[in-house]
Order: sequence, then C-alpha cells, then structure tokens
Amino acid sequence: MANVFTSIGDWVTERAPNMMPMYRKHMTEYYAPKNFNLWYYFGSLAIVVLINQIVTGIFLTMNYNPSAAGAFDSVQYIMRDVEWGWLIRYMHSTGASLFFVVVFLHMFRGIMYGSYKKPRELVWLLGMLIFLVLMAEAFMGYVLPWGNMSFWGAKVIVSLFGTIPVIGGTLVEWIMGDFLPADATLNRFFALHVIALPIVLLLLVVLHLAALHEVGSNNPDGVEIKKGPKGNRWDALKPADGIPFHPYYTVKDLFGVGFFLLIAAFIIFFAPTFGGWFLEHDNSIMANNLVTPAEIKPVWYFTPFYAIVRMVPSFLGTAVWGVLAMFGAIVVLFLLPWFDRGQVKSIRYRGTGYKVALGVFVIAFLGLGAVGAGITAEVIPEWFGNVDLTTWENAFGRTMTLIYFGFFAFLWAYTHFGWEKTKPVPDRVTMHD
Amino acid sequence: MTKRQITMKHFLSAAALAFGLLVGGMPAHAEGEAGLLKSGSDVRDQASLQRGARLFFNYCVGCHSLKYVRYSRIAEDLGLSEQEVMQNLNFTGAKFDDPVVSHMPADSAGKWFGKAPPDLSLEVSAKSADWVYTYLNTFYLDPHSPIGWNNTTLPNAAMPFPLWELQGMQAAVMKPGTDEVEKLELAKPGKLTPAQYQQATRDLTSFLEYASEPAALQRHHYGIWVLLFLAFFTLLAYMLKKEYWKDVH
Repeated sequence: MANVFTSIGDWVTERAPNMMPMYRKHMTEYYAPKNFNLWYYFGSLAIVVLINQIVTGIFLTMNYNPSAAGAFDSVQYIMRDVEWGWLIRYMHSTGASLFFVVVFLHMFRGIMYGSYKKPRELVWLLGMLIFLVLMAEAFMGYVLPWGNMSFWGAKVIVSLFGTIPVIGGTLVEWIMGDFLPADATLNRFFALHVIALPIVLLLLVVLHLAALHEVGSNNPDGVEIKKGPKGNRWDALKPADGIPFHPYYTVKDLFGVGFFLLIAAFIIFFAPTFGGWFLEHDNSIMANNLVTPAEIKPVWYFTPFYAIVRMVPSFLGTAVWGVLAMFGAIVVLFLLPWFDRGQVKSIRYRGTGYKVALGVFVIAFLGLGAVGAGITAEVIPEWFGNVDLTTWENAFGRTMTLIYFGFFAFLWAYTHFGWEKTKPVPDRVTMHD
Repeated sequence: MTKRQITMKHFLSAAALAFGLLVGGMPAHAEGEAGLLKSGSDVRDQASLQRGARLFFNYCVGCHSLKYVRYSRIAEDLGLSEQEVMQNLNFTGAKFDDPVVSHMPADSAGKWFGKAPPDLSLEVSAKSADWVYTYLNTFYLDPHSPIGWNNTTLPNAAMPFPLWELQGMQAAVMKPGTDEVEKLELAKPGKLTPAQYQQATRDLTSFLEYASEPAALQRHHYGIWVLLFLAFFTLLAYMLKKEYWKDVH
C-alpha cells in the first residue's frame, strides 16, 4: 500500500516538480512564531467558516428558487421537505453571522498587535478587501430568502446610493433593475452571491495568505522573528523562535476548530434564530412592499456602519454625507497602516494613550452597533424616562461616530508628534501560560 | 504574573465582557417584548402538540391555512396514524399528503373581515410564542368594535374571538377617564376554567410553534449527540495538541 502512495507521489512530482516545495513553503517549512495566543485562532476559523458557507451554499442552491414569486416558498421547502435541508440552512445562516464574529475578532487582533504595520501592509489591505467583499456578499445573501426584512433592508441599503447627487436616482434603478427590489434584483443578487463574489473572495483569501507567507506572521509581542537569532530544531537558517506551521499550528487550530464548532453547533441546534438576531422575526413574513416592518434595521453585523449613516446629518441640501461617512469608516481602516506611525507594534509595549484610545474605539464601535440595532432607542426611555429620544440618541450616536473617526486622528497625532511613550520591546518572543 | 500579562488579560476580559454583554443583551432585547405573558409552550411535549392540533383543526382551520404543513407530516411528527389524522383533523377532504389549506375563499374573507385571514404556518416565527399565547388570552367584548370583540395585544384585530365558548367572555376595565384598558375581567365563564383555558391556549401555541418550524423536533433530537461528539473530538484534539507541543518552550 505504502508503495502505491509513493509511486503516485513520484508520478505527480515528476510532472509537477513544484508541488511539494509549495506544500513545504506554506505548511511544513512555514515557520510561525511559537507564541501565538487565543487571538490567533480566528484566521483559521475564518477559513473553516468560508468552506462551510461554500459547501452549504452549494446544497442550498440546489433547492432555492431565485424569483420573487418562488424564493420565500423555496426556503420553506428547504426547511420542511428537503432531507436535512433545515440543517444545511441553519449552518449557512449561523455561519454568516459567525463569519462576522470571527472576522471582527481577527481584525481586532491585527489592530491590537500592530499586524498591519510594515512589512505587512499588503496583508492588511488584502484583508480589508476581503472584509469589503464579505459585506457585499452577506448583504446580497440576506436578500435572497425574500422575507419582508430582506426586502426592506435591500430597499434602504440600495437607496443609500440614491443620495449621490445627480446620478443617484438612476444608479438605484440600475442596481435594482426596477423601481423597487423585485424579480430582477433577486436574480442578479443571486448571481452575484453564488458566483461572482465567492470567486473574488476565494482569490482574495489566496492572495491574503500568499502575502502573509511572504513576510511571515506577526505575533503578540510584535517581534520580527526573522530578525532574531537563527537556527531551530528543524533548520539551522530559519528563525529560532519559529515552529513549523504543520504540524504544530495545524493540531492547535484543530483544537480551536473543535471548540468553535461546539459553540456553532449549540447555536445551530438549540438557538438557530439567536433570539431574532441571526434570523429575524420579520423575515418569516414574505416580502411585501405594502407592509413596512415596525423597525427597519440591518442584520447585527452591519449595525455600526448603518448607525453612522443615520447619525451624520444632511446639510447643503443633500444626505450624501452620511453615506460618505459610512464608506469613510471603512476607508480609514484601509489606511490604518499610514495613520499609525509608531514603530512599536504590539499593545504590550505601546503607550498608555494607545491602550486607552483602542479601548474607547471598541466601546464606540459597540455603541454604534447599539444605535444601529435600535437598542439605544429602547434603552434611553427605560433609563432616563421621558426625554426626547431623537436628541439623546443623536447626542450619543454622534459622539460615538466622532470617537470612531477620532481614534484614527488621535493615532496619527500621537505617533507623528512622538507623544507615545513606549516600553522596551524584547529581542525574542515571550511565552506566557 | 508580569505587568504585561495583566494588560493582556485585562484586554481579553474586556473584549470578552463586551462581546458577552452584546450577545447576552441581544436575545433579551429581541424577545423581551413588554407586556407579553410567558407562553410556557414546549414543542417537545407531544401530548400538548396533539391537543393543540385538535384545537387548531376545530377552531382555526375554518379560516386559517397552514400552507407549508402537510397532514402526513403532522401524523409523523405528532405520533398519530394516518387514520387518526384523516378522521379527526382533516375536515376539508384533502389528501393525506396535501398541505393544510382552509376552505375559506380569500375574496369573500376579505369582504367579511376587512382582510383575508393570514396563513399561520410561520406565525410564531414572525411574532413569538409569547405573542400568540398572549393574543389568545387578551380578547374582550368591545361594543365599539364592528365585530363586537377587541384585543389588547393587537388592538382592533379583525378576528372575532373564536375560542369564546371555551374561555368565556372577558370585559375590559378602563383606566378612569381614558380609553386605555387597565385589565381584563372574566365577565361570563366559558366551558373551561381559567387554568384549563390557559393550558388549552398553551397547547395551541405549542402546535403553532411546531408548525412554524417542524425541524425543531429534529434539532433537539440530534443536537445533544452532535454536541457530545464535538466535545469528545475537541478533547482529543486538545490532547493531541498537548502531545505535539510538549517540546515547544
């Protein structure tokens, strides 16, 4: 038997001599820092979720009907009549939300340990592109079940483009292929969701990983292991603080995946709607352009960005500023490597100002999420009694918006003018617990 | 423990706390609708589902369909035979594999009630079990309403109260000087005691909850085994990781 495998291996190697070197470059001879902590699970988890979305998506596509007349019924058909259809759909819908949980934490890790800094700017930019495409992918996927929140969510989000002066109205019709989200909209969103965007996503993921493996992984200490001493147990010329990705991080990530799947399975089997946050109540009603849901809000992962649109006032006779601010919120993330001019990467050795600013930034992001999800609209009257909700919500939401953007301005000034008092960075990575 | 570690731990726990608050707050925010009674419905209680089905087919199906639910599926999931379902639940002459479709013509229904009675296949998903249960418990006599009934959960509901002979008739006690309902009182008892009626509406809610998502039965059935398997798998993976990492210092 072993002989058969060896000869197959030889046969392939003879015809594709670079296959094994490539495997070695990315797996057994990719030396990752040995001090990865909990935060370093989310990259591999994102890949697991991506694969889950693709595989379950293929099976959903087999029974889904991308038409305004048939979409809603076909989802119920999947939920009730297709063997294991309910499981496939819950894996897909839960996966969508968990994708964002994982990606948000993955991005936060990158910010916290300065993984976007030189020489990893390209890794960061490709990652941000993934995030952008993922948002488009998620938005279009959300429209497909053709529930009432799908319909109104699509209408509101697409209408954002209508605020663009002069061409706005035409642009909205061009995107939807109709005056309202309709059959044409659903058809094209389906095509984009199942073919175009996944292809782009996969390509970007490959590039993201390729760019990462060119420069090597960062780590919680922000120490460049390639600049440290050489020579480990496997190779005299490779970083002393590196360990081969396979098998060390493959077994470690296997444990991470097991733990993650435990949480995911709990949601899928015992709380698939997650209290109306992963699958919303209003989406159990078929799309109806005559019945507006009591409260139109996007799914939870869009709420911080949606809040920014709502909080930025319109002036000079146009509401385009909110939309610009929302895209700006993503653009500043793209530009993070150039806002932050500090030399020290990891939060472990950065100044107190940075730590406080990052903490406040996280609070602002969650606060904006609360505004976008309508939590503040509910909580303000509860906590403060009979006050003017709009004034209070605007005061809170606008403060959070300013803090969100303020973080980037602060970071630039803090590092540009040399105000940051950093701690000495060790020469080698440190091992905790 | 170094100072560095404390910072790290601090951040970790802060992030975990924020995430926990967000996630923990989410279901509470979504489900905690003010003023709703707790339904106490349970789709895993098969006897309750059977009683609820009987109520649905006696009192509701005259107007409301369950277009996504088949009679055969009800039989399978509720532990009933084909004969039991066809004799006791199917009054429309539908075939065993047909979906539950009311015989009421939608056009006339629209004329009679102002709007066609909605399909109830996804009613619990669209609202909540608590909402449906509360709705069924908050009908009262209202001389100002064209149909004679009103409902505090869904004011000016178009539906005349179909379960009145079971619950009896409730009357509204108004807040003095307003037209706001303060509470409902049983003005004329029905066939059931209040406790029996609450149980009956709980059963009906359970059945509608089942109709919203028949997969709930399978979810609960398989879920525990999947979790046990994954826990075992994760434990093995953890031991494997420990073994491999013994020599990393």
